[in-house]
Amino acid sequence: MMILAAQTETNYALSLLLILLSATFTENILLTRFLGMCPFLSISRQLRGAAGMGVAVVFVTTITCAANAALYQFVLLPLKDYIPAESLKLILFIVMIAAVVQLLEMIVERISIRLYFALGIFLPLITVNCAILGASLFMVNQDMLGIRSVVYGFGAGAGWCIAILLMAGIRQRLAKANVPAGLEGPGITLIITGIMALAFVIFQGMIQK
Amino acid sequence: MITILISVGVTCGLMLALTVLLLLAERRLVNFGRCKIDVNHGAKSVEIEGGESLLASLKSGGIYLPSACGGRGTCAYCKCVVTSGGGPVVPTEEPLLTGEEIKNNVRISCQVKVRNDLAVEIPEELLSVREYTGRVERIRDLTHDIKELRIRLLDPPTIEYAPGRYVQLETPAYGDNPEGVFRAYSLSSVPSDAGYIELVIRLVPNGLCTTWVFEHLHEGDEVHFTGPFGDFRLSETGKPMIWIAGGSGMAPFWSMIRHLKETGNSRPVTYFFGAVAQRDLFYLEELTALAEELPWFEFIPALSGKDIADWSGEKGLITDVVRRRVEADTPAEGYLCGSPGMIDAAIAVLHEKGITDERIFFDKFA
Repeated sequence: MMILAAQTETNYALSLLLILLSATFTENILLTRFLGMCPFLSISRQLRGAAGMGVAVVFVTTITCAANAALYQFVLLPLKDYIPAESLKLILFIVMIAAVVQLLEMIVERISIRLYFALGIFLPLITVNCAILGASLFMVNQDMLGIRSVVYGFGAGAGWCIAILLMAGIRQRLAKANVPAGLEGPGITLIITGIMALAFVIFQGMIQK
Repeated sequence: MITILISVGVTCGLMLALTVLLLLAERRLVNFGRCKIDVNHGAKSVEIEGGESLLASLKSGGIYLPSACGGRGTCAYCKCVVTSGGGPVVPTEEPLLTGEEIKNNVRISCQVKVRNDLAVEIPEELLSVREYTGRVERIRDLTHDIKELRIRLLDPPTIEYAPGRYVQLETPAYGDNPEGVFRAYSLSSVPSDAGYIELVIRLVPNGLCTTWVFEHLHEGDEVHFTGPFGDFRLSETGKPMIWIAGGSGMAPFWSMIRHLKETGNSRPVTYFFGAVAQRDLFYLEELTALAEELPWFEFIPALSGKDIADWSGEKGLITDVVRRRVEADTPAEGYLCGSPGMIDAAIAVLHEKGITDERIFFDKFA
């Protein structure tokens, strides 16, 4: 019995690790689903700004995924015989995200003024980022609730963060490169995003959950 | 039916719960307690509830920094030095501050939130700035696009200032303009007439405040303004003065000349006033009469337009007239008021005449 229990525990930890890895890499929300493209294109010019945005996204996806999982599990699922939970969740998740981001801003301002200034304008900006809502929706589609939702949310945010950091690194070098006039700016960025996406898509299916 | 009702109920319930949560959080978290703002090393201190911008907090403590955009972080008039407690410079301030200013702790006060005790340094004369309420007593057309406003002060009943200062006139929300804005206008009245102020306002096409003055403001209306602001003033050196103005740049000089007359001045003053055509000239008779009466005052109006055949005075751009009439290496001081283009051109001419920057004073309006 003891061995079995230990094994389930290891399995559980392993499954969490798999969720994390798949959310970050093989199912990278930006490079395989192409969500959250607006800030990805506009704030990836400098590494510093990209890092700020990336950290803010990790922060917000983790917390909104947890909040939305709780909302889904404790409000929508028990009522699913009476209400169209599947379509209603779209609206309720957006409301939840907007409220949580506001709350988060107040808490961060109170707890760590340094973090507040580091996140700065990015925190309110990502309320309307589709990657945040996307993460919550994919999460419930895959029935990841409880602690797994937190792990998934963190993974999805981290994946987005890694993608924008990679892009910012490339674009800083790109500034010195000789890009054809018609492709400068968003053009070349989208082409590079496509090539990066190929590299990420290739790993899809490698991790079996 | 039941499904719809329950769905709406759940949605509204969630929104209500989140709103209550946010309101509670705001009350508990965004409460910074009483904060003290020390002004000019103890010269004055303001105690307020934290959480508001520095500009608004100072205002509620009776200290008025100039601001034209109403605290939206675009005009940068409300700059002040925050020596401690200001926190890091926020992204909305960065485009408005130079590297030098950031190093010297200059901040855009409407973007600085008061979260703790602060110490600030503001120019001494701003401490005497007050908020005034007045009633428009007279609106007079000076030219086709310039009006003179005479305002009787209600509260406080009198104002004290040196000629050359300006006030910020509040334009209330009207028409498509949802928020009140402040615009700066030089005082054209004489300081001895302490119960009144006068402003000379030229219509700016599509200008928020000037349109309001021209189309919505009537005699008898109540207006609000803050002031006096500015550092444009007469020096005390006793040197001869050259005044150069165009359009509504007349205002400070109309105040100064009458003030000088009242105070028994004897410093030589040469006043160059530029306009396009005769219809753009105003206070012409009054100034000509003053020039005849006062031996130390010379008034030189000049027109630069095309159809001025019956004009017997100076012709050409005001800067060219100055170049013709002022002798080289004059010991005089230059005083300028007008559009940025006119001022830059006039400064160049004064440099030609050997008047260095320390002897040039100007009031540039954008």
